[in-house]
This record gives sequence, C-alpha cells and structure tokens, in this order.
Amino acid sequence: MTTGTTYPWTPGFVAGDRPKIVTSRFEYEDSYTLERYLATGGYEGLKATLAKAPTAAHDEVKAATVLGRGGAGFPAGTKWGLTPQGVWPRYLVVNGDESEPGTYKDRLLMERDPHQLIEGCLIACYAAGLSQCFLYIRGEMALAQERVAAALNDAYAAGYIGKNILGSNFSLDIVLHWGAGAYVVGEETALIESLEGNRGMPRLKPPYFPAAIGLYGKPTIVNNVETLSNLPWLMVNGAAEYTKIGTETSPGTRMVAVSGHVKRPGVYEIVNGVTTFRDLLYKEEFCGGIRGDRALKAFVPGGGSAPWFLPAQLDIPFEGRAAGGAGSMLGSGAVMVMDETTDIPAAALTLTRFYAHESCGKCVPCREGGTWLERILERIVAGKGTDRDLDQIFEVGESICPGAFPTAANEELGIAAIPFPYKMTTICFVGPSAYAPVHGALTHFRHEFEAKITRRTIPVSVAVAGGGA
Amino acid sequence: MTTTENTAPDADAPPPDPNAVPITLNGREVVARKGDLIIKAAQDAGVYIPRFCYHERMNPVGMCRMCLCEVDSGRGPAVTPTCMVTVAPGMKIDTESELSKRMQEGVLELLLANHPLDCPVCDKGGECPLQDNAMTHGPGESRFVEEKRHFEKPIPISDLVNLDRERCILCDRCTRFADEVAGDALIEFTHRGNNTQVLTFPDEPFASYFSGNTVQICPVGALTSTPYRFKARPWDLSEVESTCTSCSVGCRVVVQSSQDKIVRRLGVDADPVNWGWLCDKGRFDYEATNSEFRLTTPALRDGDQLVSAGWNAALAKAAELIKAAVDSDGPGGVAILGGARGTNEDAYAWAKLADLIGTPHRYSQYRDGLPAELLDLPRATIDETAKAATIVLLAPDLKEELPVLYLRVRDAVEKKRSKVLEFSATDSGLTKYAWRSMRYRSGEQVNAVNSALADPAIAAQLASGPVVVIAGKANLAEQSAFQLDAIAAVLDAAPGAKVLPAYRRGNVVGALQLGLTPGQGGEYTEGILKAAASGKIGCLVLLGSDPVSDFPDTGLAKRAIAAARSIVAIDTFVNASSQHADVVLPAAAAGEKSGTTTNLEGRVTRVLAKVNPVGTARPDWMIAGELAARLGGDLGFGSVEEITAAIAAEVPAYAAVTAAALAEHPDGVLTAAPGTGKLAGQDRVAPEPNGYAYRLVVSRKLYDGAVQTQMSPHLAGLAPGAGVHLHPLDLDRLGGAAGTPLKVSTGKAAVVLEARPNAGVPRGSVWVEFNQPDVNIGELLDCEAAVHDVVIESIGGGNA
Repeated sequence: MTTGTTYPWTPGFVAGDRPKIVTSRFEYEDSYTLERYLATGGYEGLKATLAKAPTAAHDEVKAATVLGRGGAGFPAGTKWGLTPQGVWPRYLVVNGDESEPGTYKDRLLMERDPHQLIEGCLIACYAAGLSQCFLYIRGEMALAQERVAAALNDAYAAGYIGKNILGSNFSLDIVLHWGAGAYVVGEETALIESLEGNRGMPRLKPPYFPAAIGLYGKPTIVNNVETLSNLPWLMVNGAAEYTKIGTETSPGTRMVAVSGHVKRPGVYEIVNGVTTFRDLLYKEEFCGGIRGDRALKAFVPGGGSAPWFLPAQLDIPFEGRAAGGAGSMLGSGAVMVMDETTDIPAAALTLTRFYAHESCGKCVPCREGGTWLERILERIVAGKGTDRDLDQIFEVGESICPGAFPTAANEELGIAAIPFPYKMTTICFVGPSAYAPVHGALTHFRHEFEAKITRRTIPVSVAVAGGGA
Repeated sequence: MTTTENTAPDADAPPPDPNAVPITLNGREVVARKGDLIIKAAQDAGVYIPRFCYHERMNPVGMCRMCLCEVDSGRGPAVTPTCMVTVAPGMKIDTESELSKRMQEGVLELLLANHPLDCPVCDKGGECPLQDNAMTHGPGESRFVEEKRHFEKPIPISDLVNLDRERCILCDRCTRFADEVAGDALIEFTHRGNNTQVLTFPDEPFASYFSGNTVQICPVGALTSTPYRFKARPWDLSEVESTCTSCSVGCRVVVQSSQDKIVRRLGVDADPVNWGWLCDKGRFDYEATNSEFRLTTPALRDGDQLVSAGWNAALAKAAELIKAAVDSDGPGGVAILGGARGTNEDAYAWAKLADLIGTPHRYSQYRDGLPAELLDLPRATIDETAKAATIVLLAPDLKEELPVLYLRVRDAVEKKRSKVLEFSATDSGLTKYAWRSMRYRSGEQVNAVNSALADPAIAAQLASGPVVVIAGKANLAEQSAFQLDAIAAVLDAAPGAKVLPAYRRGNVVGALQLGLTPGQGGEYTEGILKAAASGKIGCLVLLGSDPVSDFPDTGLAKRAIAAARSIVAIDTFVNASSQHADVVLPAAAAGEKSGTTTNLEGRVTRVLAKVNPVGTARPDWMIAGELAARLGGDLGFGSVEEITAAIAAEVPAYAAVTAAALAEHPDGVLTAAPGTGKLAGQDRVAPEPNGYAYRLVVSRKLYDGAVQTQMSPHLAGLAPGAGVHLHPLDLDRLGGAAGTPLKVSTGKAAVVLEARPNAGVPRGSVWVEFNQPDVNIGELLDCEAAVHDVVIESIGGGNA
C-alpha cells in the first residue's frame, strides 16, 4: 500500500489484462472531469441509445442480463419492464446510499467517474421510459456529492441533461439529493420514504417492488450506481460483447471492495462467475495474499450482512447461485477478510453492533432482537458471558430468522452447507443482518466464544436445561 | 353494529357470490370476503390471530410482526404478515403451525424484553392486549437478563394524556391515529432502532380534540389519561353500553363505573356513527356527573339565598307558582325553556306537562341553532353524508361543535369519496380538506352561494353525484334567515340534495320532534325572553337551561330572568340563570338515567343509567309526572319504558322506535324522515358595514364556559378564553400585536378582549369565541340586529 496519495485504495489496474467495463478511467487523475470523459469515449453510449427506439434500447439491456449490483442481483432490464404503462410521471431513483459495511465501490464510481453514472441514468430513463431522475447520495459521502454535483452542472451546460438532449426529443432532469445518514435507507423502499421527506423506514411489502407504486405513489425504478454505470459501455459495445464476459447467468464484471487482512485492500473489477475468491484474495493482480502471509481464518463474501465463508469456500466463483448454494450471498460486492489472528467474537460484535444501531425501529424482531444480540456479545467479549448465552444467541436469532439459517459447510465440525435464503420475521434485511455475523461466528468458532466465558453458570433458581459443561 | 349478513343461499340456484373467496384456514374450508385482510378473514371465521398494530379503522403498517403466520399462496408456505396481505382464492393459512407459533412466541419474548412489567401499577393491567397475548401466545418465561431500556416515567404530552415510553411497544397505533384519523399529527416516532420512542414535537403538546382515543387504542399502558389514571382496576369496573349526549352526533359509548361513580367512557365501534372514536369532551365530561358541586337536593328561595328543601315542599312550591301564573295570565303565563339535554322520554313528558298546563310557549334552542323546519327537509344520515359526491358545508365549524362528524367528513375527503364545498365566514377545521372553500361576509352568504353556483366547475361537481348539505347556524351574531336563504339556494340548485342538520345539543332533535317546540300561538326562546322581560311571564321553567350563558343576547336573557315573576329550574347544577330561581329541582345527569336519545340524523339509541343519581336527584320525566299530579293531572306513565312505548305509539316519526327494535339494534333505529319539506329562500342580504366597522362572527369552541365543561376539572382549563381574532394585516392597521387589549364596541356596549392575529379570518371581519369563562361576548349582542358590526380600537397597553 502506498501512502500519501489521495486514493490509497485505488482499484486493481495495477496489472493483468482484465476486462474493465466501469473502471476504465480510474487510472486518470482527472477521471471525474467532463473533458477526460469526452476524451475517453464519454456520452457515446448515450448517442448510440438515442439513435435507437426506446424499446430497442430496453431490449439491448434485457439481452445483456445486467444484474442489479446493489445486492439482490435482480436483472435491471426485467425490473424496468415491471412498471405499468401509461402512468405518468415515472421516476428513476439512483440508489447511491451505499452503506453496507465493507462496501465502498459506488462511492469510488461517483467520485472518480460521475459522468459515467449520469450517462447511465440518461440511458436508463430513455430505455425504460422514465420522466425524471433522482440521484440519492449518502450523506457521509462529501466528495462524491461534490463531484456528482459538479458533473451534473457540466453535463447540463453541455446539453447532455435538460431539454431535447443532443437535439433529440428526449428530455430529462436529474435531481441530486443528499441523504441524512441511515443504513436502512439503502433499502429501496426506505430510500423512497426518505426522498419524500419521511422517516427512513421500509415500506410495507407487498407490493414487493416500487415499480408500480413507488416515489410519490408513481411507478419508480430504483437502480444501484454500479448497475447504471454499466450501461454506457453496454450501449457502445452491445449486448453480444457484454455477454461474452462472465458466464451466461451472470454476464459482465462487477466491482468488489476488499477490506481486512489482505496485503492490498481495494476495489477490484472482477469477472462475474469466473474470478474466484481465491483469485481475488491471493492473486498478485488483486489483493496479493493475506497480510504477513498468515493463514486465512474466515471471510465475509458479500458485505457485512452476508453469512461467513471459511477457507474451504475460497474456490467458489463470483456467481450468485454458487455463493447462495454454499450458504451465503454476494450481496453488495464487499469481501472482508479475517486472518488467523482475528478475535472472532469481537469481530462478530462489531458487525452486529452496527446493524443493531442502524435498525430503524419499525419491526420488533430487529429493534429488540438486534440489540439483545449485541448485549449478549458485549458481555461475552467483556469476559462476563455465561454458557447459557451461546444457546440464547441462536434462540434470539430464530425469532428474527425462524427455521434453518444459511451456513457454509464445515467439514471439521461435520456441518453441511445450508443454502441461501433464510425466512425472516422482519420487513427488510437489517434484522437478519444483525444475526448473520454472530450466527456464522458461533457456528464455526464456538470454541472461541466458550474460551471467553469465564463464569460457567449463573446463579438462578431455574435449572438450566443441558447447561453446565 | 348493524349486520347485513347474507342468509344461506337457496338450495335451487345459488348465484355465485363474486365477493366470496374460498380459503383454507387451519385445514378448514372457509369462505372469506374479497378484499379482506387475512387477519380479518380469520377473525370473521373465528380464528384470532394475535396482533398489536393492526386496527380495523386504520391503514395497516405491519409494524409489530405479531400476526405473522405461515401462508401458502400456491408457492409453498411463506412467512406472511397477515395484517398486510389480502385473501386470495385457494390460500392456505396455518395460524397454528410450529413455525407460526415459534414466530408468535419469539415476537412476544422480544416485546417483553424491554417492557417494564410494572403491571401492578399500570392502568392497563387486566385489560391489556400485551398481557392477554403473552398469556395465550407467549413463551411463558423471559430469558432476557440484560438491563432494560429506561425512560423518564410518564411524561404529560397534553393536559389529558400521559406517555410512558418504557411501556410503549411502538405499534404505531397512536401516531397513525393522530395523523390518519384525527389529522393532528402532533405525536411521531423519534430516534432510531432500540431507542425509538413516541414523542411530541418541542413545545407543541398533543393538543388534539381527539387525544383520548389514543389512550383507548394503546395496546399497552403507554398512554394513560389523566382523568382515569389510578382511579380503578379493570376488573372492578362494571359497564353499560350507552350513548354520549355531549353533542348531537350521538356516539356510542361504554360507560364504566366503580363504587357507583362513573370513572371512564370508551368509544364503541358503531358503524353508522362514530367508528369507535370519541372527542375528548365526550370522553371526559363525565367528570361533571361526579362533581361535588352537583345539586343533590331541591332548594327554595329564601331572600337572597337558595335553601335546601325536601322534594314535597319543593314540588308543592313549583306547582303553586305554575298555578299562580296560569291563574293570573292564563296558560300562556307559563313558559318552558330547554329540554335538549335530556332523554326523549324527558322531553316527551315535559311536552305532555306543557299540554296539561296548556301553554304553547316552549322551546329547546336559544337562537344558537337553525329552526326546526330543517327537520322537514329530505334528511341525510351520517353514512350518506360521508359517501356523498359533494358535501356542502353551510354550518358551524364541525371540529368545534360536532367533532366526530368532523372525523367522518374528513375521512370521506381523505379516502377520496367526497369533495367538500365549504361556505363559511372564517376558516374552519375542515377548510384545509375542502375542495373549494368560499369566504363570505356574515349576512352575505347567499351572494357567495349564488356566485359559486354560477361557476361551471362547481355546478358540474354538484351534478356529479349525491349532494348532502350540512346545515347549521354558523354565526351566533347574525339572523338565521341569511343562513337559511343560502341553504335554500343550494337546495334549489341541487334538487336531489339531502340535508344533515348540524344541531349541537345532545338531544335537541328529540326535543324538537317530541313537542318542546312552540304550540299554536307559542313563542320561541326570543319571544319567551322578551315576554318575560316585559313582565308577561308568570312562571318561567328552565329545564336544564341557562339562557344567560347560552342565549346570544345576554342582556335580554338577564332582563328576562330578572323580570320573570317566578322561575322554576330543573337542573344538575345551579347556573347563571337558575341561581335566580324560586325553586330548584335536582335532575339526574347523563349516566344516571335511562331512556333514548335522538342524534342529528334522527337515529334513536338507548341511553342507560350506570350509577345512581347523586343525592335525591330525579330524572326530568319523573319531575314532570310529579308536577302533573300536583297540578291535578296525570301524564299517564310511571316508567321510562311506558314513555318509550307511548312515543312509538303516538309520534308517527317514532313508530319504529320500539323497545324491541332498540334492543335488537344497539346502533340505533332511524326515525322516519318526512323528506317533503322545502325551504323558501328569499336571497336576503345584510346591509353593508360602514368603512370603519368590522363584521362580527361569534361561534363556539369545543371547550367553553358551559357548565358540563366547567364542572369537569380536567376540561375546564382547556377553554381558550375569549379573544378578538382578526387578520394580521387588520391588526397591523390598528397598531396592535398578538395579546394587545382591544376594545370591541357596538353602538350600545363594549368589551375589552386580547388581540389574536388569525389569517383564517378575512379582512374586515372579526371572530370571537362565544360563552368563554372569562368574557361572554353575548353581552355585546342584540338579538334584534340582522348582523353585528363592531368598531375596534387599540387601547394601548403595548404588546402583552
């Protein structure tokens, strides 16, 4: 890791001849300016799009199977098709409220290539027939806000946004909105609530998608920053070229933010379904191995809310179904690496504390259960845990996620993989997210928790069933 | 609730019901109604799914997660919030599966984790859904060993409601009620996650007229009402279902008592009327019934004083005064004022007594409501009103005078069933919900109506569907003729329109229909008071009546009281008028007597006694019977039931109102509405005011100087006091500011009131609250005047 540069975690263009769809301009210091953007093929995708009929542009995106990069992996082209016809206005809301622990790919995309995102918004609105675009950027991302705002001004001045864009009869306004800082607002319905000026709480489901009834009760498409940033390249090069990269079910590339105990943490653009976790963590062109060449203990494959993987899962490729079948998810594209020196209960507490703190307070299991888990973990980490606590963690977790919880296979402990997804008693995923880290930690590293428990029993009059090891 | 259930289909050719949705509920085949939420469909089929946040009268939020069940919609069993998903054909619902039970236990354990479990000192203990659900669906034992969440124990969020955030389970019921139902979004969630709490906004109390409803719907003891706090335990209460008679909406209530004292009123979900809601006045003014200032024995005048006496002496004296008046002036020497606060039976008995005496002079209003001829017009029910395409408001501020009717109209607007076309002299509580709201200068409403009717958009709206005119006296400082002409103009333009008369007092409709209205040659209140003032009334009978406070010409009322040769008052309290009486007879109050009452739409419901009358107080009808006997007559009935039967037999409109019908329909029986009457409008307009004068509007607030409010300790202080509301620009012109003392004068009298800038009052008009405890603007009013123009002067004193 070099020091002194503005972006110590500049992504892996260091070496290797890999396809770069969204990070192609990251090597330039002035990548965020309109001049650089235009000099490197900027707004060509928009021109190509405007030359087509909207349906043809939409078909192109459908043919490319651009999977949503926000976490759920729903195909963008299909999502656009869910809006009812003939209802106006129709909105595009760009989810730039990236706040999943370990994830910082969208921030870099907004800081380093804001015009690519704007062009993606224009293409999406044209293809999906949307009349206005709202760009919601997380409150904490000051530089991203600044760069996107400047880019929007430049693009307006240059006629890429506004009335009759590039002489066509396509007009669009893009409104920039700064969030106030709440994790749950990354959930699309909570984001819409926040955008409307309400308390950021997830909306009722059903309807499961805001496509029909979204912002201000109108048809609304919510897309992730990275998803939209794919569109300019796609429209220039075509769906055929796009699907050549990656696999049939997961074409294209995706950005993965790696943090934790690797030699070179950062955001890397990897190839969907081809690059494996082992490639990412160990190959020289990516992270270059575990720091100090220590052994890997565990890693979180898809953002803080994903169930944990062990070294045995390193050869799984970046492909949704592969990760899901192995008991976790790719989520928001964030890998957190823990080497052999990691204090597992403390790591679990850190993550659970985050989700308990970020609960919006709407659903009881999340509001009460998340904090309860946090309290138990706090006690265990402080050396004040009891052996009853460990089963209690699972009991509380089952109140949030009843039934079997996804787990990676652990041959040593004789645990078979339980695939994604889980059942949940909450509206959104914040509640289960508080449980996922501690569930994985406790399932695979129970001995570390037991070692922290100094008092083996607690003096209560009720006999503890099966207690007192 | 009136039920309109379908009877079993015929065996031969049952037509398929398009609204029937076949579902499987716990393995049982059940037919649900299309559009029903699963939780409701299950309840109708006899399966109770535990819930906290779900409330039938509010939008679902899916907040508490208590109602989660396994539901199979064809893609395998899925965890489903049953309060948010509607039934679909073939749906398989399992409320008792292992997973469903596990989820219910889990949610309850989590809800109880931070709950303080201070049930022994909690008002809700014993009737608490959290307790009940914990018993039936809970895990039985908590495993939560951490320190619980702590908040300051109850904080008052208004004069009537306390909030205990430790007990709160954040079900969103109170906050949704305040926002969705009442339109007073003064309580909201603040903070986040585990620290989420319900709070008011800084320096803004939960000053809603409907705040008590939040206490009733709170599923725990988080919200408690100040009047009921620590007064009783639920298992010590006994209750009857009755009707609130605080205003003429006629909300169904449960009246609960402990140790022969009324301690609480709760709203009952009567579908045609109040949907379970009550206003705070209706909910809490039972306190007046318990007041230590109640009249407990009869009293006779002895010089300057009223001295308590026995019933025999008092009745003999009253009969003697009536006889003397008849002897000296003929039957017309006796006049009866009032009767709108009692039951139908009271009114009927007193009308019979008036017949016996032979006097035609009797009336139950005080120029503060429109004449009884409104009752002859085609009448709308509240339900019809809340479904009409257009609701025309030519009425007082419903939020102030008929609060629950305001809720129903507001709901009709919010649910987009109705559009409100309002004509008023100042902004009202419904103005912000109105489709069009027209301001007129008092006395010129017919012009406003006529010019509005000339607007094609308004004409088209009126033609688009059913029209209901809510008609009432909006300004106590103008002649009713102006309002009647405006109403007539609307009815002319919308021939099929119906009228919902916005009478205010609890049973004024019953009193008007059952004979407390002038007979042949009889006088209305104004005429009676004038006759009394000129010494022509030998005996003035005040039947629960206080003209000095209620008649909008206080001077005339005072002169009448002073000049009447004798006064017999029947009342629950000694009031500003009855303190001058020669005989005062203590009457039983609401909650102490049984009978029936008629609301503004003509719906007759039962009123039941819950406690014994204080002291020796008796119901009005019984007093009428006693007086009749002493006057040598016999009214012919010895019980409430006999009077109810006599009314049904003798009054055509009440033919259907039999004891059996009332018992069968707790939500009431509608009286027959003749619906043939017609208002003859004359397009009368008051003369222009001179350039210096302001046109005066006087109307009531919910809380005022009325005895029922002032004798309820927790409500008395809520009366805002009188002030001059005028447009801020007018106030600027006068050189005043908020609180500046302003002298308000007519030619004859003047009062000094504080200035209250109010942008809802048009320029050139001023609005003053009627009958407030400090100043009664009635002092300024002259019942002869068409309208009142007042001169306003700033009398210095700076910005108070």
